[in-house]
Amino acid sequence: VCTSRFWFNYRHVANTLSVYRSVKRLGIPDSHIVLMLADDMACNPRNPKPATVFSHKNMELNVYGDDVEVDYRSYEVTVENFLRVLTGRIPPSTPRSKRLLSDDRSNILIYMTGHGGNGFLKFQDSEEITNVELADAFEQMWQKRRYNELLFIIDTCQGASMYERFYSPNIMALASSQVGEDSLSHQPDLGIGVHLMDRYTFYVLEFLEEIHPASQTNMNDLFQVCPKSLCVSTPGHRTDLFQRDPQNVLITDFFGSVRKVEITTETLSLDRDVAAVESKFPDEELATEPLKYAEQLPVAQIIHQKPKQKDWHPPGGFILGLWALIIMVFFKTYGIKHMKHVF
Amino acid sequence: GGMAAAVLLLLLLAAGPGPGRADAGQERRDALREELLLSPLPTGDVAATFQFRTRWDADLQRGAVSHYRLFPKALGRLVAALGVRELHLALTQGFWRTRYWGQPPLQAPAGAELWVWFQPTVTDVDKAWKELSNILSGIFCASLNFIDSTNTVIPTASFKPLGLANGTDHHLLRYAVLPREVVCTENLTPWKKLLPCGSKAGLAVLLKAERLFHSSYHSQAVHIRPICRDASCLAMSWELRQTLTVVFDFFSSGQGKKDWSLFKMFSRTLTDTCPLASQSKVYVDISPKNKEKELLEVSPPPTSVHEAVVQGEKKTYAVYDLLSPSLFNTSRSLNVQLKWKRPQDSSEMPIPTLHAQRYVAGYGLQTGQICTLIYNTHPYRAFPVILLESVPWYLRLYVHTLTIITKGKENKPSYIHYQPAQDRRRPHLLEMLIQLPANSVTKITIQFERALLKWTEYPPDPNHGFYVGSSVLSALVPSVTAMKDVDVEQSPLFTSLFPSSDGSSYFVRLYTEPLLVNLPTPDFSMPYNVICLTCTVVAVCYGSFYNLLTRTFHVEEPSRGGLAKRLANVIRKFRGVPPL
Repeated sequence: VCTSRFWFNYRHVANTLSVYRSVKRLGIPDSHIVLMLADDMACNPRNPKPATVFSHKNMELNVYGDDVEVDYRSYEVTVENFLRVLTGRIPPSTPRSKRLLSDDRSNILIYMTGHGGNGFLKFQDSEEITNVELADAFEQMWQKRRYNELLFIIDTCQGASMYERFYSPNIMALASSQVGEDSLSHQPDLGIGVHLMDRYTFYVLEFLEEIHPASQTNMNDLFQVCPKSLCVSTPGHRTDLFQRDPQNVLITDFFGSVRKVEITTETLSLDRDVAAVESKFPDEELATEPLKYAEQLPVAQIIHQKPKQKDWHPPGGFILGLWALIIMVFFKTYGIKHMKHVF
Repeated sequence: GGMAAAVLLLLLLAAGPGPGRADAGQERRDALREELLLSPLPTGDVAATFQFRTRWDADLQRGAVSHYRLFPKALGRLVAALGVRELHLALTQGFWRTRYWGQPPLQAPAGAELWVWFQPTVTDVDKAWKELSNILSGIFCASLNFIDSTNTVIPTASFKPLGLANGTDHHLLRYAVLPREVVCTENLTPWKKLLPCGSKAGLAVLLKAERLFHSSYHSQAVHIRPICRDASCLAMSWELRQTLTVVFDFFSSGQGKKDWSLFKMFSRTLTDTCPLASQSKVYVDISPKNKEKELLEVSPPPTSVHEAVVQGEKKTYAVYDLLSPSLFNTSRSLNVQLKWKRPQDSSEMPIPTLHAQRYVAGYGLQTGQICTLIYNTHPYRAFPVILLESVPWYLRLYVHTLTIITKGKENKPSYIHYQPAQDRRRPHLLEMLIQLPANSVTKITIQFERALLKWTEYPPDPNHGFYVGSSVLSALVPSVTAMKDVDVEQSPLFTSLFPSSDGSSYFVRLYTEPLLVNLPTPDFSMPYNVICLTCTVVAVCYGSFYNLLTRTFHVEEPSRGGLAKRLANVIRKFRGVPPL
């Protein structure tokens, strides 16, 4: 989730896209990823290289790529939509790509970046989400059995305050800075004119670039990423709610999708009933006279089109009340005996 | 004996090719045609229009169709489930400058535009419309779920169906436009995935996002409509057209020379054809201007030359048929190059017959005026045009200030339909049929007042402004050359977009610029300021009054005297008697 709007927050979009890219590279398909970007940087008129978002200066790595699918864009990234996605309380007509269709065997990775403070994260410069709301949302997810294990990573200023209030089991959290510290950005690019990445996510990306689907690296290595000498802020983590030992948790448990493949030597012949299925197509009735296309600009027909008759509605309460008042005032002034002159 | 043999022969003939014929019949049920049209524009830019058309001879409305081959399943199920008759969705970035570039083959307004005709069997059209926009927003990664009653209109005269139609009850039509919508790679990716060959073979290999979005106009659209299956038109087929128009402006933005090639535009060349396509062609517009020798040279030499009357003018096209075996004989890749034989004189830029312009006039944050200018540059023919304007409710239009002036005199429209807005429920809709005299400029002005929204209704960046969607002009423009009725299957795809009624005029739909209007914006920090100030004032005043009213003050004397006096005071304190 990237929560920042405006061109100078380019680095937050680059952060989110680099994690997205790593996660896709390690095997998680788009149907299992909900990507929320609060502003469009790639096709922003200020971008000198349209349709690209770079993470390294001198434009080495385009994290936007050619195959990106953003589920929530621009004004759709709000606190309400984020919490609805997490808890599953979504309006019924929402398409599948915008839902978090997880169950009690799913491991969920949540990565959030933007501007934040002590106990809150700012969404699009107009609203905030507090750490209490986030903790309650995770508790709702736990009660509804929407996750098996959850890894929460946040890269904002004073990020550690966001995971202080968690109280649901099986949550592991990482943050880029402690309470009272700011997360700093990595390097500006003079061609694009903005800072490209935040330090913590930059080093996390470098760490993830070395992971492949079969690697056995565990969470303790992730905790060591970006020490204070490189990051200037002190990254923090919280594992007390997590049941397993971080030593035994593989990175690919959350970042990758490793499937068990069983090889079978049985063969199945498929071409038995194909012809039968095809020929079951219902016979169509042909029209008796040729169908025709509509005329695009039938001037005569339009000019003589009768305007739609507005349905007559009986006068509403206000109008009736007004008329009653007028009539009462009239008869009060002139007396009831004048009524026979009216009728 | 002979009779029996004849009957047996007949039976054999009937039974023999039975399964074979069913197979051939099933195979021919859907067909894909793809084409690319490269047309150099008068300003030195080049426009590339891709069209991918899948035709499916099946009836989606009746019977459960479960086997989808070339027609994408996502769209097929959408059409069947929601009773859609026609669907047109366009996502555009940029603006087509009709004045300088000529009439577009198919224009779309900036942002997202969706218009749909529903089947007469649909009972609740609004509900189906809402569901449709939500499903499409998931398929195309666009914020189409923002389409609701505040930006949907029901046009009464524009947007007649482009496919087969039995009657045109406009209650089944819905039109909405989202001018703020951004178009980027995430909209192109699912669009490419709907193509039968994806972006791996055929013309779609040229669609790389980094080049397509580095342009001054990029428009991708999806059109679904029912069409005649054959010339007799006794049965219908479903047609899905995916079009993508892009205008490369390297020359006019000063970044390159005027020579074009496929590699320069798309950084790719064509290497092979899509095996599922029955036709795959590249057309290059080499029409001579001013009836002189052609000044545009194409290489490698085309497989054929095609002449057609397109949009009322005779045009010549160089055709590269990718399915012909001779094309890839010499080299494995096809890189069409366009070179100019002599420099083009900039004074001979042709002016299109119909073009329009729209702008906001006025000053301040209270009132304003929308002005639309429509130009008819035909020397002697007049023709009618329908103007459709849909203005959001927060710009309150004053219809009594609507004026239409042509050549200094007032021009009364032959048909006018105005539906006023309802706050937070419905936008304004203004549709007019105006007759444009020959060689004239028509100016339409209407005044509006800006409303103050509730503070929760402002978007996160309210100082950017609010967009007003493009207005739509539909016209039958008289053609220079008469157009003959041509067979749809034999002619190129870009000629069969609009069904033609007669040869003397052609139908064109133009869009004007979208407008960006500033609304009076409140100071969003005021609630915080007010709370701070009020609480401070209350605390200071009330606190002071409370202290004054409830506290008593007494003077305390400093204790002096020796030890005896102090001891006596202590005893007196215990007795409850005032001290000495």
